Amino acid sequence: MTLPSFSTEDDPGPNFAALIKEYGIEPLKLQHPVDNLAHGTTCVAIRFKDGVVLAGDRRATSGHHISHRTLDKVFQSDTYSGVAISGAAGPAIEMVKLFQLQLEHYEKVEGKSLSLEGKANQLSTMIRQNLPAAMQGMVVIPLFAGFDLREKIGRIFQYDVTGGRYEEKSFATTGSGSLHATTVIKLGFEMELSSSDATELAANAIFEASEEDSATGGPDLIRDVFPTISLITQDGYSPVPHSDVSSIFNRIIENRISRNGDLK
Amino acid sequence: MNMPFYVSPEQMMEDRADYARKGIARGRALIAVSFKKGILIVAENPSNTLHKVSEIYDRIAFAGVGKYNEFDQLRIAGVRHADLKGYSFSRDDVDARSLANQYAQMLGHIFTHEMKPMEVEILVAEVDFEGENLRNQMFHILYDGTVKDETSFAVLGGESEAIFERFQTLHKNNMPLKKALNACIDALTAGERDIEPDDLEVAELSIQNGRRAFRRIVASEIQELIN
Repeated sequence: MTLPSFSTEDDPGPNFAALIKEYGIEPLKLQHPVDNLAHGTTCVAIRFKDGVVLAGDRRATSGHHISHRTLDKVFQSDTYSGVAISGAAGPAIEMVKLFQLQLEHYEKVEGKSLSLEGKANQLSTMIRQNLPAAMQGMVVIPLFAGFDLREKIGRIFQYDVTGGRYEEKSFATTGSGSLHATTVIKLGFEMELSSSDATELAANAIFEASEEDSATGGPDLIRDVFPTISLITQDGYSPVPHSDVSSIFNRIIENRISRNGDLK
Repeated sequence: MNMPFYVSPEQMMEDRADYARKGIARGRALIAVSFKKGILIVAENPSNTLHKVSEIYDRIAFAGVGKYNEFDQLRIAGVRHADLKGYSFSRDDVDARSLANQYAQMLGHIFTHEMKPMEVEILVAEVDFEGENLRNQMFHILYDGTVKDETSFAVLGGESEAIFERFQTLHKNNMPLKKALNACIDALTAGERDIEPDDLEVAELSIQNGRRAFRRIVASEIQELIN
């Protein structure tokens, strides 16, 4: 690999996607339907007092078949933002990888990070470019959340398949279990939630979605695999440790058992 | 018919080298040193926005002296090279040695083929593990593509020989951050003039900073460290 050098008019600037295009190594734009592709499912984002919580289940399905039980759908995109994906797992993970690189590349070339708004728009462009593949069933719908260092608040962005970008002031969900997850969050949401209450609410939303939607995975006690939960605050992106997530879900399960005890 | 003047190759190379050296000598110097936690890079730089020291990749930093637009062009090429390589293969496959070789190729080519050599001297620094131990590597690359491989410290830029000699007496292995920074400042100023933290550009490469080892040490922190 030689050192990249460009004439002034061909220079891709801080844009990594344009750079890999010049090198002809951009991800393949799929134009034809692919059968039995793994799909990821439910993710939620909730705003709370100090930022945003992002959570997602761990299951990927191909039709009625469970293809992965430990797939992570919540990713750190840079120091102050994260992205959660639903849709075709392969293209979605590739999109996240490119998005992470794009943010880091911009930061290094320009010497400073993109604004949160700029990052959200960048993701929009990437989803729009995936539209031909989406028309063939390879839909990728991410949620983007981050801490806006200029406004000092957590912000959430939702997308549609055309790259349409919608900012949500309270919460957002995506994926096949999103209907159920939304209901749970709607009932428990209030402005200025504490971080532990928001984490608990996100866990409950994923739990209920997994109960009602076959494509969403719940806590897997046999393999000790739990949904992913991450917090994004002024201090940056931090995944909630496995032990904490595990105890939250165990509490939810105990709660349900005691509640249903008399129904037998 | 006009005959072109004959200039011997020795003379031509020497003229070019002189030209490049003069350009570099006009700028202020920079020291990179292995310290306890990794590599520390200290540059005299009155500008807070036109950086001499920057991040290239997870464990690789770049430093340049001489003409700003020329070494910045090299820095951006390095970031692109590293990001492309990491994207095509894996993050672990990006290393300083191959990048340093690329820089050497480019500088060597420009030195012999272009009208004007680049008036720069650059450094590619890398921290990594070798088993349990930290392994630091610094590649000091000159305007003509000469590569020098250093493990303890390197001095780049104007008056580099005098600073090198001064620093040699101050240098010890495994210095803590505070000590290493003060030694660098003493060597740069010869202890004869004061330097404001605002006129320094300091950065460290340390595995302890997580995946991205590069961290800028801001003026307020420099102030604390030199007091």
